[in-house]
Amino acid sequence: MSRRIHVAHYTSEQRLLGAVKGCRDAGLHVLDVRSPYPIHGLDELVGIPRSRLPIACLVGGVTGLGLATWFQYWTSATDWPIDVGGKPFDSLPAFAPVAFEVTILLAGLATVFGLLFRTTRLRAEIPEDELRVTDDRFVLVAVRPDADVSDAALARLWIATEAVHTSEYVEDER
Amino acid sequence: MDSHAFERVIDGDKNLTQVTEDVFSPLEKRGTGRWWTAFLVAASALFLGLVAIGYQVYTGIGTWGLNRTVGWGFDITNFVFWVGIGHAGTLISAVLLLFRQKWRTSINRAAEAMTIFAVMCAGIFPLIHMGRPWLAHWVFPYPNPRGPLWVNWRSPLLWDVFAIGTYFTISALFWYVGLVPDLATARDRARGIRKRILSLFSLGWNGSARSWSRHEIACVLLAGLATPLVVSVHSVVSTDFATAVIPGWHATLFPPYFVIGAVFSGFAMVLTLMLIARKVMHFEDYITPRHIGAMCKILCFTGTIVGLAYMTEFFTAWYSAAPYEQFVFMNRAAGPMAWAFWIMVSCNVIAPQLLWFRKVRTSLAAVFVLALVINVGMWFERFVIIVTSLHRDFLPSAWSAYIPTSIEIATLIGSFGLFFTLFLLFCRFVPMIAAAEIKTVIRDRRASDDAPPAALPVGAAGVDERRAA
Repeated sequence: MSRRIHVAHYTSEQRLLGAVKGCRDAGLHVLDVRSPYPIHGLDELVGIPRSRLPIACLVGGVTGLGLATWFQYWTSATDWPIDVGGKPFDSLPAFAPVAFEVTILLAGLATVFGLLFRTTRLRAEIPEDELRVTDDRFVLVAVRPDADVSDAALARLWIATEAVHTSEYVEDER
Repeated sequence: MDSHAFERVIDGDKNLTQVTEDVFSPLEKRGTGRWWTAFLVAASALFLGLVAIGYQVYTGIGTWGLNRTVGWGFDITNFVFWVGIGHAGTLISAVLLLFRQKWRTSINRAAEAMTIFAVMCAGIFPLIHMGRPWLAHWVFPYPNPRGPLWVNWRSPLLWDVFAIGTYFTISALFWYVGLVPDLATARDRARGIRKRILSLFSLGWNGSARSWSRHEIACVLLAGLATPLVVSVHSVVSTDFATAVIPGWHATLFPPYFVIGAVFSGFAMVLTLMLIARKVMHFEDYITPRHIGAMCKILCFTGTIVGLAYMTEFFTAWYSAAPYEQFVFMNRAAGPMAWAFWIMVSCNVIAPQLLWFRKVRTSLAAVFVLALVINVGMWFERFVIIVTSLHRDFLPSAWSAYIPTSIEIATLIGSFGLFFTLFLLFCRFVPMIAAAEIKTVIRDRRASDDAPPAALPVGAAGVDERRAA
């Protein structure tokens, strides 16, 4: 089964948001929006699920805390205890700074690797006509479910929402 | 911060296209004469430092002016100075992000870069202080053929390794994550080999709403992590001193005293760099007198707290009734090294009080001079803490003086060379202003620009109009 993808370009955030609403009213499903800067309130409109990055961050942090605390205890109290100034081998308060730093380090690494894993497409080709997305152009990508929406209605929609450039292509669904 | 001062983050009533053009076009041109002059001066200083480091590593740290009484001198002073410089970068990029201070967008990228470079400069000094830097890996706890003999987790010097290592890693990641959308902009404007290199570093960024959503959450998380981290780093550095039983060092005041001093010195360095950069890179519309004024207020505030910390040290010494403690502080203010103490007080406590006056805050020349004065003063603060506490210890027969050698001075100059070389390369090859973030703060004001465009036909390719122009 294949589906028809429609792409429309806009020159401002306000026009883009208007177009997203227009598409929904017209029965199109908005797949993605590309913009030069983050637009708030778009997550619900486009249907982006809540990010799980905070969970990755928490898991990284807890791992770091546990690992660093255990490792410091094991090396200084179990594996090879050394008397330093008569202090106890299991002097837990002295382990706090390193445990804290490793907690932050692993939480940060987990967050960044989680982000890279979720958002990067290393070999991505940016289509020639979308090069201005990183400059000043706002792009809306929508799909027409079936032939519910007529070509004429679609053309009217693009005119009404002041699109400056439109294109469409057929994508084979895997 | 009063909200009226920052109704506008940038000047010049710019639209998105102009912001892109302003930030990215300097990167696509050849370096100016001024840039090359500055770069050659910085690189020469770096070369001098490399020669000095090579010599002292080959010969040994007997080339320094240290003696049995004064075991820490220029090296640790420089280390603490450079670590402190970094703190303003994190404060601007992380703490001001959490407080939603939009004015930070103009300066956060450069301030964060400054943090990374300052931590790199700081890292040199413990390394060469080891005397045998080729064994530097011994500070890491790895299974080794010496037992395995593990590191001493109770030593603040080891805490430093973890604190500085984490600080550098997290700062670099935070900086890079924030940079990705702007690298993508540079990529989309470039051609050829430049485009390929930028494609690699911009990770296929296409501005998708999903990417932006994740990106923003990651930035907030990293800011949340960096905030306690920045407080911990200089606190840990201060425990290098505070856990010792040396009068003048053994004080519970040290962690907050060091952190606020670090923020103070860091903001002075940010101001120094920004005042130069806005002129050299023509960013007057982005780094406005309002930004300078806001940073001046932070300087005035932190400088006053630093002054309070100095007074607290003296009060505690007097109130402790410990003769050694009292002696150290009397010796600091009136002993043979009193000149260093009074340079510190006049630069860090007295000079910043001028910033109470709006006239001073709005005069860029005055602010620049004050920032330099504070940089000098904060270097002397670390020198005073380290050297005056050591040079006259418990036993008068052991009293000694400390005079740095030319090698130590050359190493200090070399660290400034490294710092400015890296910063100049950064200005030349990386977008210095966070363009995507600037675009979020200007869009609010430019809603009026939403009037329909002059009859652009539907389907007209609007893509290449700029490049054709």
